[in-house]
Amino acid sequence: MTAVQSTKKNMADAARGNGAAADPAPAEPLLDVADLKVRFRTEDGIVKAVDGLTFRLERGRTLGIVGESGSGKSVTNLALLGLHNPARSTIEGRARFDGIDLIGAPERRLRDLRGRRLSMIFQDPLTALSPYYTIGEQIAETYRRHTKADRKAARARAVEMLDRVGIPQAARRIRDYPHQFSGGMRQRAMIAMALVCEPDLLIADEPTTALDVTVQAQILDLLGELQRDLGTAIILVTHDLGVVEDVADDVLVMYAGRAVEYGSTAEVLDTPQHPYTWGLLSSMPRLDGDVDEPLRPVPGSPPSLLNPPSGCAFHPRCGHAVELCRTERPVLARPALAPGSGDAVPWPGNGVSACHLDTATREGATA
Amino acid sequence: MLRFLVRRLLGAALILFIVITATFFLFFAVPDDPARLSCGKTCTPDTLAAIRANLGLDQSVPAQYWDYLSGIFVGRDYGEMRCDAPCLGYSFVNSEPVLDTLLDRFPATLSLAFGASVIFLTVGIGVGVVAALNRGGWLDKTTMALSLIGASVTIQFLGVIARYVFVDELRWLPKPEYVPLLDDTPGWAGGLLLPWLTLAVVQAAVYTRLTRSSMVDSLQEDYVRTVRAKGLTPFQVTGKHAWRGAVTPVLTVYGIELGTLLGGAVVTETTFNIPGIGKLAVSSVANSDLPMIMGVVLIAAGAMVLANVVVDALYAVIDPRVRLS
Ligand SMILES: Nc1ncnc2c1ncn2[C@@H]1O[C@H](COP(=O)(O)OP(=O)(O)OP(=O)(O)O)[C@@H](O)[C@H]1O
Ligand code: SF4
Ligand SMILES: [Mg+2]
Repeated sequence: MTAVQSTKKNMADAARGNGAAADPAPAEPLLDVADLKVRFRTEDGIVKAVDGLTFRLERGRTLGIVGESGSGKSVTNLALLGLHNPARSTIEGRARFDGIDLIGAPERRLRDLRGRRLSMIFQDPLTALSPYYTIGEQIAETYRRHTKADRKAARARAVEMLDRVGIPQAARRIRDYPHQFSGGMRQRAMIAMALVCEPDLLIADEPTTALDVTVQAQILDLLGELQRDLGTAIILVTHDLGVVEDVADDVLVMYAGRAVEYGSTAEVLDTPQHPYTWGLLSSMPRLDGDVDEPLRPVPGSPPSLLNPPSGCAFHPRCGHAVELCRTERPVLARPALAPGSGDAVPWPGNGVSACHLDTATREGATA
Repeated sequence: MLRFLVRRLLGAALILFIVITATFFLFFAVPDDPARLSCGKTCTPDTLAAIRANLGLDQSVPAQYWDYLSGIFVGRDYGEMRCDAPCLGYSFVNSEPVLDTLLDRFPATLSLAFGASVIFLTVGIGVGVVAALNRGGWLDKTTMALSLIGASVTIQFLGVIARYVFVDELRWLPKPEYVPLLDDTPGWAGGLLLPWLTLAVVQAAVYTRLTRSSMVDSLQEDYVRTVRAKGLTPFQVTGKHAWRGAVTPVLTVYGIELGTLLGGAVVTETTFNIPGIGKLAVSSVANSDLPMIMGVVLIAAGAMVLANVVVDALYAVIDPRVRLS
């Protein structure tokens, strides 16, 4: 893992360095999301599933997105691919992918991008793969959709990809159906399918949650290896901070559809600034920690997105809440500039968090 | 696959056997005496006895049962007359061989079922898919309202009204009647058009609703989201992927429907005076014509069982998980 990791980081740094060092103006990142809002109209009212999310991702880098169930991680990713039903949802804000505006782009345009330049893999590969077609057909189909390859060439490509993701006897196994594969192999096949057109961005929505622990590590290794070879940027959604620590360059912590903390992995995990992140970290079993230390999940339950709490959405569960927290919504900013308005430019390396506490209080709380 | 078919066919034979046996003994549980019925007003005890002997009713019930069963496999003799296997006996009412009558009537029933199926499946599935794709939109709401009306009318009512309006008054449709396909193909289609349409209106409503709901479910499957995430066009998403998950419930219901239709669409055949198995069923029950009742039951059960086997085989074709387990 570490070997893969460092190589990957070097690659990514090199890629990033090109633009930043040679050019005085910072190059446009691969993905630039600003103030993304996703709302669903439901019978009970309007669900604000994502409510003003801003982040960036450079080529070849990995962004980890963490947060409790229902915090809007999947909704964000599906919005990037334009997969929400337009009749039921409203999407606002900006998401530029390599200079292309994804939000509001014509469906036809998005369709050409999906699977070719942005791909997605899902939590449960058994339900995410069609039970009615062979693995080979499903991979070849994606390839044929985006290239002029004929049936035979696409088939050969499917074998090549399956072999590349480490499935033995790929030429034979492309004729199998998903239910004939093991869980780990299915996710490998899913990865092969997502990467068959060598996309610039792979969105992996909890790709290992449904798998055995040993298989999880293998799948993450595979992703790292393919990322290094293909230079793919990855958005990795996970509940597992251990995974984030291992593979992500940057971390976005989401709560109730908003970013509460955003920064490089080292910053966020080593010097977390937001009380919610503190809670997440203390609920995580650490290999270097005391084994007998009990798991402490963040107490309380996630807020309603129909009728979110005023001010800081986390205040009903926050042990540090002050009066201001109930009335005023904190912006993402460097902690030194809090409380109130601040320099809200989120940028990895500028760890930012959305909390009214001032630096001294935070230091006191974490010490 | 072969083992599957053999097993299913053996099962089918067993079901048919049970159905025959049950019908046979049920018949003797009812108080009507068929000999008395065919004896007429001026019935003397002698004639009655003669008729009894002629029909085989003078023997014990188990003996009659045995004669009937063995007749199916090896044929049987009625006095001088030889009835070759498969012998289903002679009608008590008009002494026609049951098998000939069934074979004579079956084409009408088959024609009705075939034509109506083509119409209601095409319309029902087509409209259901369109409604599912426009879920929540005005098209969806309109078609669902229409299908609710379609599903609530009865064939008798619709048939009589439609006949009056479209045949008698407007003269848009030819008079409903049955002409054998091979005698006069346009006449066959023309005469059956109104019965087909009437049956199809009621059925299409059912298939529209069924297709819509299973398609809506299928469109929410994870794998459909995946194929959309791969960049496939809506046509590919629905036409290649989503329908596979939606077709199974439709097939299941149609399998039962087809079995029922081939056993005779009683109401439609009666309403439009189509000489099929359904009308035959009604008249043979009214006349306590045991051999004919047995024949109708056998053909209805056979159709049902056969449709079932075909549907099961199709499940395996559609879903590799069924095929490969
Ligand atoms: N199509 C939809 N219509 C209405 N509400 C939705 C829809 N999709 C998602 N939501 C709501 O949006 C919120 C965020 O959901 P999302 O799936 O993004 O959570 P998540 O962070 O991915 O959680 P998990 O970790 O469980 O996957 C949830 O409260 C969910 O109920
Ligand atoms: S803003 Fe207030 S309530 Fe929200 S996390 Fe910070 S201290 Fe807690
Ligand atoms: Mg999710």
